Amino acid sequence: MRAFTPSRIAVPAVALLLLILFPLVARGSFPMHVMIMVFLFAMMGVAWNIMGGFAGMFSFGQAAFFGIGAYTSSYLLTAHHISPWIGMVAGGGAAAVAAAAIGIPCSNLRGHYFAIASIAFAEIVRIHFNNWKLIGAAEGLTLPMLDESFRNFMFHSTKAPYYYILLGFLILSLLVCAWVSTSRMGFYFRAIKESHEVAKVLGINFVRYRLAAIVLSAFLTAMAGTFYAQYILYLDPESVLILPISVQVVLVAMLGGAGSLMGPVIGAAILLPISEMTRVWLGYKGTGSDMMIYGTLIMLISVYQPKGVWGLLSGLGRRQA
Amino acid sequence: MSDQLLQQIVNSLLIGSVYSLVAIGLTLIWGVMNIINFAHGDFLMLGMFAAFWAYTLFGVDPLFSIPLCAVFLFLLGAAIYRFIVSKVMTGPVLAQLVVTFGVSIFLANLAVMLWTPDFRLIEKPLLAGTWTLGAVQLSVPKFVASVGSVLVSAAIYLFLKRAKTGKAILAVEMNRDAALLMGINTERINTLSFGLGAALVGIAGAFLAMYYYIYPQVGGLFGLISFCIVALGGFGSIEGAFIAGILIGFVQTLGGYFFDPAYKYAIVFLVYLITVWIRPKGLLGW
Amino acid sequence: MTGGPLLEVQGVTKRFGGLLANDQVSFTVGGGEIVSIIGPNGAGKSTLFNCITGFYRPDAGRVLYQGREITRLGADRICKLGIARTFQIVQIISDMTVLENVMTGAFLRSARSAAARERAADILRFTGLSEKRDAAATSLTIADKKRLEVSMALATRPRLLMLDEAMAGLTPVELQEMIALIRKVRESGITLVVVEHVMEAVMELSDRVVVINSGKKVVEGRPEAVVVNPEVVQAYLGERYRAGR
Repeated sequence: MRAFTPSRIAVPAVALLLLILFPLVARGSFPMHVMIMVFLFAMMGVAWNIMGGFAGMFSFGQAAFFGIGAYTSSYLLTAHHISPWIGMVAGGGAAAVAAAAIGIPCSNLRGHYFAIASIAFAEIVRIHFNNWKLIGAAEGLTLPMLDESFRNFMFHSTKAPYYYILLGFLILSLLVCAWVSTSRMGFYFRAIKESHEVAKVLGINFVRYRLAAIVLSAFLTAMAGTFYAQYILYLDPESVLILPISVQVVLVAMLGGAGSLMGPVIGAAILLPISEMTRVWLGYKGTGSDMMIYGTLIMLISVYQPKGVWGLLSGLGRRQA
Repeated sequence: MSDQLLQQIVNSLLIGSVYSLVAIGLTLIWGVMNIINFAHGDFLMLGMFAAFWAYTLFGVDPLFSIPLCAVFLFLLGAAIYRFIVSKVMTGPVLAQLVVTFGVSIFLANLAVMLWTPDFRLIEKPLLAGTWTLGAVQLSVPKFVASVGSVLVSAAIYLFLKRAKTGKAILAVEMNRDAALLMGINTERINTLSFGLGAALVGIAGAFLAMYYYIYPQVGGLFGLISFCIVALGGFGSIEGAFIAGILIGFVQTLGGYFFDPAYKYAIVFLVYLITVWIRPKGLLGW
Repeated sequence: MTGGPLLEVQGVTKRFGGLLANDQVSFTVGGGEIVSIIGPNGAGKSTLFNCITGFYRPDAGRVLYQGREITRLGADRICKLGIARTFQIVQIISDMTVLENVMTGAFLRSARSAAARERAADILRFTGLSEKRDAAATSLTIADKKRLEVSMALATRPRLLMLDEAMAGLTPVELQEMIALIRKVRESGITLVVVEHVMEAVMELSDRVVVINSGKKVVEGRPEAVVVNPEVVQAYLGERYRAGR
């Protein structure tokens, strides 16, 4: 455990203060939108870290949990007028069930094998939702325009409430992640990441703990999905259940430093503004040049900074025997 | 056996053999370098476009574009390995997984930029039409693609087992350190294998171009399916990739026929997940 | 120690395809003993270890721990029951410090971080790694890594500790330190079964020796007796031991 030195408290406190003040100084809704996207992917990156960075299960299928969360709460709202807050918990639960369903067959898979299985799983979900009339199939699902209120989880005149709610979600996710990393669960996750032999020899039931990691990760990711639905007010499988979203989540975690607490926040803070801005400046032309830049960025990050920014910083602190 | 079922079985073999060729290219790269080439589907797409442009601009039939596609993709694959992928080989596993995603996104969108997202089709291939064999309708281009794929698969299999370079590739696949000790230049083998894997899928692209729609995003689903095939057959196993490719051809076609065509790929992925649960290393993998 | 033997291995047999790695191997281990398992390379010693500790399932035979059958239990259950082991190739957790590694073992018996940390610190004092507690596990020498692996195993509070070639790759000084550590472990009340190639260690430490060759148990007995057994000498030890020590 690192001590609570002045810099360890001062830096996050100042950052938090700046984030809280940001909506008051931001001009126009685009900067707010970018920050909301940063928070969204930071939250999903933190959730990914729990199963990927800590437990070594590199999921390239987080979009499935994102989509399940978004669709569950939106369907409950649209068809049964159930509050999105309750829907969010239901979405988390649905995602947790899906996580358990995929976690059991994949409990022996590692590395590349697990990655492919996660992609296959996400594709199954996407194809199914594309054909499922109940939730709109390929046409998508439009959320009803309710009066703006916290209770309705919907705001029309300004993005600020969305901003603060998501910031709250992000902080919650970070707290969960921090708790996991210092608890027995976190240690066991890291043992599982090392190898199944090490885990078994220390008495760890690695199937059970792998499941726990996936379920926890899925629940948080689904919460992000519900937020997204309430923010955009429209869902379709080709926007929420696609591989590029899953890849972006992994990138955010990797760029920041997989396995570190704040890594995904840093990663999102760097990556999302770039991807949003290139999309706005170049994407509308349909030439794909924004995505080419994105692809190049991915290659550069993988080659030159694979351990992420956080890895760079913390590597300076580690003692040698 | 009903006529319809017989037709479906034939269709399964037709698509399955092309899948096999695509998968063999992928498993070669995986076996030698332990890296999943997420850009594999995009190599296929480029092979298809190469055949298309050869046809449209120079009137070369896809059948004769095969050497062109093979060479083009070989050089591209080798270059991508040499200048991009080789640099992450010593890095974390995560970086290795992600870098080819970057290549994939880049290539797919390069195609969009160069050629627009429009769907293209080769209107009048040399080998066209349909044969009728009893109750079965056999599309000639599909048949040629299928037979061609099997021949190329056999050729590459023989190359790996008999030729000196081929055996060197297999040696690196089995035990990299031992191969190094034997004086094999593993870095050169890596480059060669990546190029060869790309060339194989480029050839498959030329075959597919005879009858399939050609567009920048076509690589996506083919790529995903080829990952499943390779994982099913066992990473690194050429025989496994071939058998699994045919198997998946059956799963896809019969699954779509008996259940719902819209779900045929979902069924493929489901079968893959179930199989990998029972045999995590695939049917023939190590 | 109450009652019968701590560990009973009865007719354990394990096949890999055509290879009979373990062929009806039987022996017992009493509480407080140090038993060594020796034999040429490929004799089946590690396979036997894996069969006993739940990493492999024997094709035939039984393993009894404290009178209770554990033959088909998984490795993590067996660890919970009180059998810990190390591996030929040291298994430690690379992205953790020395202390964190041992804590991971301690968590088996203490759910809370503070208690696990305390226990881990105690273990590190016992095994002599206290000064290196905050070092990255990967930065240790091979001897210290082995010591760490033993520490991790001890943190799970075993009654039986099984060491797989703990002496391999150690310098003479490190060897003596490891022997001393093993003695210390026994003195703390833990029974030991060790697979070893290094004969000096086997002679110094063992109460009894079990000799395995080609999957079968050849002989078992006190080290002095085993060493002069003609079959053992011929198969394994070589002329200089037979010349009489």
